[in-house]
Amino acid sequence: MPENTASSGTADVPHIEFRDVVKKFGDNTVLDDLNFTVSQGERVTLIGPSGSGKTTILRLVMTLEELTGGYIHIGGNPLQYQEQGGKRVRIPDKQRRRTTTDIGMVFQHFNLFPNMTVMENIIEAPVHVMGLSKAEAAEKAERLLDKVGMAWKKDARPSELSGGQQQRVAIARALAMDPEVLLLDEVTSALDPELVGEVLAVLKDIAAETDISMLIVTHEMQFARDVSNRVMMFDKGSVIEEAAPDKIFSDPERQRTKDFLHAIL
Amino acid sequence: MNNQSWWSWDHAAAVFPDLILEGFKITLLATVLGTLIALVLGLVVALVRRSSPALINAPVTWVVEFIRMTPLVVQLVFANLVLSPYFDSTLAIGIWVLGIHYTTYMAEVYRAGIDSVPTGQWEAATALSLPRMRTWRAVVIPQAIRNTLPALGNYAISMFKETPFFVVIYIPELVRVAQDYGAANFRYTEAITLAGLIFLAASYPTSLLIRRLEKKLA
Repeated sequence: MPENTASSGTADVPHIEFRDVVKKFGDNTVLDDLNFTVSQGERVTLIGPSGSGKTTILRLVMTLEELTGGYIHIGGNPLQYQEQGGKRVRIPDKQRRRTTTDIGMVFQHFNLFPNMTVMENIIEAPVHVMGLSKAEAAEKAERLLDKVGMAWKKDARPSELSGGQQQRVAIARALAMDPEVLLLDEVTSALDPELVGEVLAVLKDIAAETDISMLIVTHEMQFARDVSNRVMMFDKGSVIEEAAPDKIFSDPERQRTKDFLHAIL
Repeated sequence: MNNQSWWSWDHAAAVFPDLILEGFKITLLATVLGTLIALVLGLVVALVRRSSPALINAPVTWVVEFIRMTPLVVQLVFANLVLSPYFDSTLAIGIWVLGIHYTTYMAEVYRAGIDSVPTGQWEAATALSLPRMRTWRAVVIPQAIRNTLPALGNYAISMFKETPFFVVIYIPELVRVAQDYGAANFRYTEAITLAGLIFLAASYPTSLLIRRLEKKLA
């Protein structure tokens, strides 16, 4: 486990790299000249008050938001923009999709497709993006549904499921694309308290069984402690402290971090 | 049949078969085909207006507004004058005019339906790297149509009730048949009353069905 800051420091290409990233919404600067890297297989939790830009980071990696300035690289490949002859050039959508196929995201509000069954939700992208046959995709989906404990509901519609069940299906849907990067955006925030445990249990298993790199935004500090290698504390669009979870949760350096942790724990 | 009373069952019985077998048949045909045209073209127009560059979007918007802001009757008469050399049947002209007129309304309904699909659905599609076309076809359009089914149904009923405007270009739909009978026999009451009742008998149950659909989808 990396004890302190930043990247692995080896010659390896970082899995995720933010370089001079700026994100503005109108006049409002959400991320200001942000630099950080995530190594292969690393699990990084982003904490901080709401509006500090954590979710925006995940949305930038998923190309749901457009960068205002700077670059993001995934496995060395430019994601949204690249430098060409000293100019910052937008990468076309089709080429972006080739990079994002390796990235999966689980949303706060699940975002399952209500017009499809659980099974159809999961095989949609493997069939239409990865080019698997329906049979192959269904077999894989069964395996994943089994893993998240939802195989018995494969023919149900999302509207027939509880929030926790929908979120477990959404996790299986993201995993069906064999992602190398998984983005978890407040995945338990919309759940009734008694349903949080089942979702976190599934995610802990996945963290233990795979080496998927993860960027996690969560208010579940115990979960952050259990799965992450590193925690980054954000405030007003910048990282103000980062450390291993044991360190940051028990002995944070900055007063701002102390106050924040005190407020939510 | 020289009955001077207000209502004659003999006249009613005499006109009824023509009303159903000729008039209603044409009215129904025009409604069904007109609805099909409006359903398909309406979706095309909604998609074009949403995702085309201004160069295509602007003229389409202009034409749509023009059609919506002018009366159907004027469009029927005008189209009949201009197009009759190119069409064998006046009915075909009538159906196309009706269908295209309602295309402009249906396009608005589709637009609202597309807007009502939550952003999260687009985002989930992006997160799965689904191509744009596939996102439209598998995710957005099915949900948009579901949201708009009741409104589309109501427009279909409304088209049904506007087919009598075909009178102005002499298409033998329900009301024309009734009037022809009236003119030939100097008895309008039975024929027009029955025509009205046939409209009611067809559209009222349909509207009940749509209301039930509305409740089921809500």
